[in-house]
Amino acid sequence: MTQAATVDARPTRRASRITPVSIFLWGLRIAALAVILYGSYLSISSGRLTASQWRDLLVFGVSTGSVYSLIALGYTMVYGVLRFINFAHGEVFMIGAMMAFYVANALATTSLWVDNPIVSLLIVLVTAMVTSTAVAVTIERIAYRPLRGAPRLIPLITSIGASFTIQYLVRGLVGPSTKAFPRMEPLRGTFEFGGFVILRSQVVVIVAALVMMLLLYLFVEKTRTGKSMRAVSEDAETAALMGIDVDRTIVKVFAVGGAMAGVAGALWGLVFPSLNFFSGFLPGIKAFTSAVLGGIGNIVGAMLGGVSLGIFESVGPSLVLAGYEIPAFSQLKDVVAYSALVLVLIFRPTGILGERLAQERG
Amino acid sequence: MPLLEIEGLSKAFGGLRAINGLDLHVDEGEIVSVIGPNGAGKTTFFNLITGMESSDQGSIVFDGQSIDGLRPNQILQLGMARTFQNVRLFPAMTVLENVMVGQHSRTKAGLFGAIFKTPSQRREEAAIEEKAKDVLSFFGTRLAGYRHDQLSMMLSYANRRRLEIARAMATDPRLLLLDEPTAGMNPRETVELTELIGRLRTEKGYTIVLIEHDMQVVRNVSDRVIVLDHGVKLIEGSYDEISTDEKVIEAYLGRPAELGA
Amino acid sequence: MSQVVDAPVPVDVELRPTPPIEMRRAVRLGLSGGAAMVLVAATGIVATFQPRMVIDPIVPLGTMFLYLVAFAFGWMASQPPRTLEGFAPAVVGKRNVMAGALAGLLAGLCVGTLLILMTVFDLRGVFIELSPSLVEILSLGFPVGAAVVVIAVISAAAGALGAGVHLLPIRFRRSLMSALIWVAFFSLLTDLFGQLFVGLNVDFVIDLIYTSRGGALTVVGAVVVLVLFFALYWYLGGRENTLRERVQSMPKDRRVRWQIGAAAVILVVLYFIPRLMGPFVSQILVTAGIYLLMALGLNIVVGYAGLLDLGYVAFFAVGAYAGAILTSPQSPALSPELTLVVAIPFVMLAAAIAGIVVATPVIRMRGDYLAIVTLGFGEIARILLNSEWLAPYFGGAQGITNIPDLQVGPLTFSTPEDYFYPVFLFVLLAAYITLAVQNSRWGRAWMAMREDESVAEAMGVNIVTAKLSAFVVGAVLASFGGALFGSQIGSVFPHSFDIVVSITILVIIIVGGMGSVPGVTLGALVLIVLPNLLREFSEFQFLFYGVLLIAMMLKRPEGFIPSKRRAQELHSEELAQDAWLEIYGEKGQAEVVPEGRA
Repeated sequence: MTQAATVDARPTRRASRITPVSIFLWGLRIAALAVILYGSYLSISSGRLTASQWRDLLVFGVSTGSVYSLIALGYTMVYGVLRFINFAHGEVFMIGAMMAFYVANALATTSLWVDNPIVSLLIVLVTAMVTSTAVAVTIERIAYRPLRGAPRLIPLITSIGASFTIQYLVRGLVGPSTKAFPRMEPLRGTFEFGGFVILRSQVVVIVAALVMMLLLYLFVEKTRTGKSMRAVSEDAETAALMGIDVDRTIVKVFAVGGAMAGVAGALWGLVFPSLNFFSGFLPGIKAFTSAVLGGIGNIVGAMLGGVSLGIFESVGPSLVLAGYEIPAFSQLKDVVAYSALVLVLIFRPTGILGERLAQERG
Repeated sequence: MPLLEIEGLSKAFGGLRAINGLDLHVDEGEIVSVIGPNGAGKTTFFNLITGMESSDQGSIVFDGQSIDGLRPNQILQLGMARTFQNVRLFPAMTVLENVMVGQHSRTKAGLFGAIFKTPSQRREEAAIEEKAKDVLSFFGTRLAGYRHDQLSMMLSYANRRRLEIARAMATDPRLLLLDEPTAGMNPRETVELTELIGRLRTEKGYTIVLIEHDMQVVRNVSDRVIVLDHGVKLIEGSYDEISTDEKVIEAYLGRPAELGA
Repeated sequence: MSQVVDAPVPVDVELRPTPPIEMRRAVRLGLSGGAAMVLVAATGIVATFQPRMVIDPIVPLGTMFLYLVAFAFGWMASQPPRTLEGFAPAVVGKRNVMAGALAGLLAGLCVGTLLILMTVFDLRGVFIELSPSLVEILSLGFPVGAAVVVIAVISAAAGALGAGVHLLPIRFRRSLMSALIWVAFFSLLTDLFGQLFVGLNVDFVIDLIYTSRGGALTVVGAVVVLVLFFALYWYLGGRENTLRERVQSMPKDRRVRWQIGAAAVILVVLYFIPRLMGPFVSQILVTAGIYLLMALGLNIVVGYAGLLDLGYVAFFAVGAYAGAILTSPQSPALSPELTLVVAIPFVMLAAAIAGIVVATPVIRMRGDYLAIVTLGFGEIARILLNSEWLAPYFGGAQGITNIPDLQVGPLTFSTPEDYFYPVFLFVLLAAYITLAVQNSRWGRAWMAMREDESVAEAMGVNIVTAKLSAFVVGAVLASFGGALFGSQIGSVFPHSFDIVVSITILVIIIVGGMGSVPGVTLGALVLIVLPNLLREFSEFQFLFYGVLLIAMMLKRPEGFIPSKRRAQELHSEELAQDAWLEIYGEKGQAEVVPEGRA
C-alpha cells in the first residue's frame, strides 16, 4: 500500500519552537556532554592510567569493535531490505561462535592446531560461517517469510520469539555451562606498531574483519546479487517489476548477514575466550547500536559504528567514570554501550553517515 | 480580512522546489478550488498550511494569526481541518469512533474523569456521541444506523471518503480543506458529493478549499479557482476566466512543438 | 424508497474438484517434524519429562511428548486445503491418512538416525543430553536395529492418528479434542486437583482416578475423565447457539445483569480459592496476579497506544524499590519506615516521574527504535540498581530486605493466601481502568495515534500528551505490581528485574490477546500458572515462550481471546471480502437495504 509520499513523521523545524520536550532534550544533551567532558578531564589529569595503558584500551576497543562491526552488518542489511530489527541476529552470531568453539577444541587435540594455525583458524572460520548462514536462512524461511507485509510490530515480536527459542534450544543442547576457547600458542605474543603494543590475536581479529568487510563491500557494490540487494532495499516493488526475484534476494541478504555473523563468532574466541548460550544477547544489542550509530542501511556506517562503539566501551569507563571515583566502574561498561544506544537514537537516529533508506514509511 | 493569507511560501525537497513563492488568499465563506497538473504542489500546499510539513520560507496567516511553526493539532484547534488524497481513516476504529476522535480538541475530559466516571465526563461523552451522530446524519442514510458500529476499514470507497469529511466536520472547523474529494467516484456519486460541498457552506458555514481534478465539479462548486503549476500560482479567477486562459491550457496540455525550437 | 433484497439464490455451477494434498509437502513436513523430534530429544525435554507418568503405568510424559510432535506434523501434513471459490470442498480420506503416516514415518526415521548415531558415537562432549539413559528411553527397551523400526512404526501411527483427526465429523472432533485436553490437565496437574478435591472434601475421587495423592492418573481415571468430558462437550456442542451468542443477543439491560451475575459468581469462587488450594498454589496465583497486573498496564501502552515498551520492567523495579525504600528499616539511605498504604501515593509519584523521564526522549521516535531505546533504559536501570556505585541507595546486589508485611487497619497480610486478596483487588482495579479508558476521549485518542500518528495529530490529538499519559498510566500500574511484589516476598533484588520479565509480560499480552482483558487473563494463567505448577515445564519455560510467540504470530496474531476489533484488524483482507455479506445480516436473513447503497 503506497502512501502520499511527502508526509513526514518527523518534520524539521526551520524556526524551532520552545516546547517543554525540546527544553528537556537540550538539557539532556548538555548534561551528557558535561558529564563526559568533566569526567574525562578528571580521569586524565589524575594520571590513573599510563599512556601505554590508554593505548592498550584503545587497541582492545578496536578489536572488539571489529567483531561488533561484522555482526552489525547483518542488522544493517536486513533492516535496509525489510525495515525491521532482526532480534534473533545476536543468536545467529552465538551459534557461529558455539560451532567455532567446539571445532577449535576438537582441532586443538590434533597437531594441526600447533603446526598450522592459519589453516586451523580457516577451518574454524568456515564451519562457523556455514552454521550461522544455515541458521539465519532457516529462521527467515520459518519465521519471517510468512509475515512479509504484516504490520511492522509483528515481525519484530516474532524475532524476539526466535531469539528466545534459539537461546534456549542451544541451552538444552549444549548445556548452560561456559565453554572455553583453546589457546593458540602461535598467537601469543605481541606486535609493536608505532608505539602501540598489539596482541597477535587482536591483529588477526582486526585484519580478518577488515578483509571480510572489504569483500562484502565489493560484493554489494560490484556484483549482480549485490545490485539486486540494493535495488530491493530501495524499492522492493519496483525491483520485482524489473525482474529481480525479491524472495531469493532477501534470502541472500540473510545468508550474507549470517555469514558475517559467523565470522564474528569465530573471531570472538580470540578476544573473549569464554562463551555460553546467553552470550549473543549483549553483542547483539551492541552490534545493533553500532549499525544505528553508523547509519542504518549503510554498510560502511556499520563498520565505522562498530569500531567506534568498541572504543567508547573500552575507553569510556576508564575515561569518563573513573574520574568521578565511582567504585567498580567496570561493572558499568555495559551502561556505556546502552547509553550510547539511547543517546544515538534520541539525538542522531540517522547515524554518523546518515541513513541510506528510501522514504520513511510512517 | 481574508481568513487565510499566504505570502511567499516556499518548500523544497532536496533539489526539487515543490512550492516556489506562492501567494494566495481565501476569504471567509468562499469555496475555492485549487487545480493544476500533477506535481504542481497542491497536496504539499495542504501539508504546509496544516502544519504537517514545515515550510522553508514565507508566511501563513490564518484568521489574523501567524501559524508558522505550529503543530498540526494546534492549527486544527484554530479551526482548519482537512481530508487526505488517499483516504486516511483509522481502520480499526468504528465509523462513530472515527468521527468522535474529531471532537478530541474541542473537549477536555481527562483520564481522571474517565476512570472515576465523573458526571461532567459522562455528560461530555454523551455530548461527543450526540455530536458525532449529528455530523454523520448530514450524509443521510449512507453513514447512519447500523453503520455506526462498523469498522471503518469495511466501508465502501465512497463511504470512506464521506466518513473522512464527517471526521473533519466533527472538529468544528472554520476552514475545511478537501483533497481530491471526488477521486475515484462514479458520476452519480460525484454529483452527490458536489451538492454536499455546497450544503457544507450553506448549512454549516464552512469556508472550503478543495483540490480537484474533475473540472465539472470545479465549475459547479467554486466561487474562485486558483491554478498552480510548478509550485507557483499561475492565475486565479472564476472558472470561466481561467478555463479559457492560454497559460492554463499550456500548463495542462503543453505547447505545440515548434520546428527548430 | 427502500427495497427488500432476498438472500442470494444458489446458482447451479459445476464446481471444480479441489486438487488432492501433495505428498511432497508431507515429505517436507515429515523431515521438519523429524528435526523437531530430534531437538526435543537432544535438548533434554524427553529425559526431563520422562519420570512423570501421564497415565500410570503405561504412558510416560517424555515419550508421549515426543510422539505428540509426530502426531502434530501428521496433522499438518494431512490438512485439507482451504476451499476456494468455484471449487468443491476437499475430499478427506485415505490419502490424507497416508500423508500423515508418511510424515510420521520420516520423522520417526530421523529419530532412528539419531539413535544409531548415539550408539555409534559418544556425542556427549558436545550435546550433553545424548546419554545412555536417553538411548534407553528412545529405544523403548529394544536393541538398536529393532528400535529404529519400532520408532518409525509408532511415529507413522502417530502421524496417521493426527491425520485421522481431519476425518472425524466436526462435533465429534471438537468434543474429543476438548476431552483429551482435560485428560491432560488431570494427569499433569495432579497436585492441584488433589488439593482441590481435599479442599472440597471429596477425597474419594482421588482414590478413584489417581494412584495416590499427588500420584499419576490411572488408566481407569483417564477413561473416566475422557468419557465424562467428552459427554459434556458433546452435549454443549449440540445446542443451537453457543452461550456467547445467547448472551450477545439479549437486550442490553438483561445482558448487563447477566454479566454482573456471572462476574459475581466468579468473584465468590475466587474468594475461596486461596483457602482451598493451600500456600503453594496461592503463591503461584499471587505471582500470576502480579504479572497480570503488569500485563494490563503494558496492555494500555502497547495495545492501546501502540508503543512497544521493552523496558517495562524498569517501572516494576521503580515500584518495588520505591516501596522497599519507603517501608523497610533496612533501606540504606533513607528509611522513613512508612506503611505501604501510606507509601503508595509516593510510589505512584515515583512511577509517574519515571514514566515521564522515559517517555519524553522517545516521543518522536518510530516504533522499532522506540522498542530498542526502552529496552536500553530497562537494562541501564537494572545495571545501576545492581551496581556497587549506587549501593548506598539501593543496596547493590544484596538489594533491600526486611520489607514489612502489608497492613491495612487491623488486617495484616503475611502468607501467600493472605496476599492473594490485595493482589486480586489491584488486578480488578487495573481491569476496570482498562475498560473505563477504552471508551473515553483518551482511549480513542490513543487508538487513533496507534493507527496513524500524523493523521491523529492533524485531527487535534496532542501527541506529546498522549504518549506521556500512556507511559505514565502503564508505569503506575507496573509500580503497583512492584510494591506488592516487594511486600509479599519481603525483599527486592536487582536480578528480579531482568529483561526476561518484560518479555514475559509481552508474551502474555500477545498470546492472550492484546487489548482484551479476558485474553490477557488467560495469557497470565497459561504462561505463569501452568509452568509453575508443572515443575518439568519450568526448565523449558522460555523455550516454550519463544516457540509460542513465533507460532502465535504466524497463525493467530490477535491472541487466543482477542478483542473483536483486533481480530478484525489483523484478518482484514479475509473479512473485507465477506463484508458484503453483512447486507444480508446473520444467517442469510433478508434485511431492509437503504436506497442507493454505495
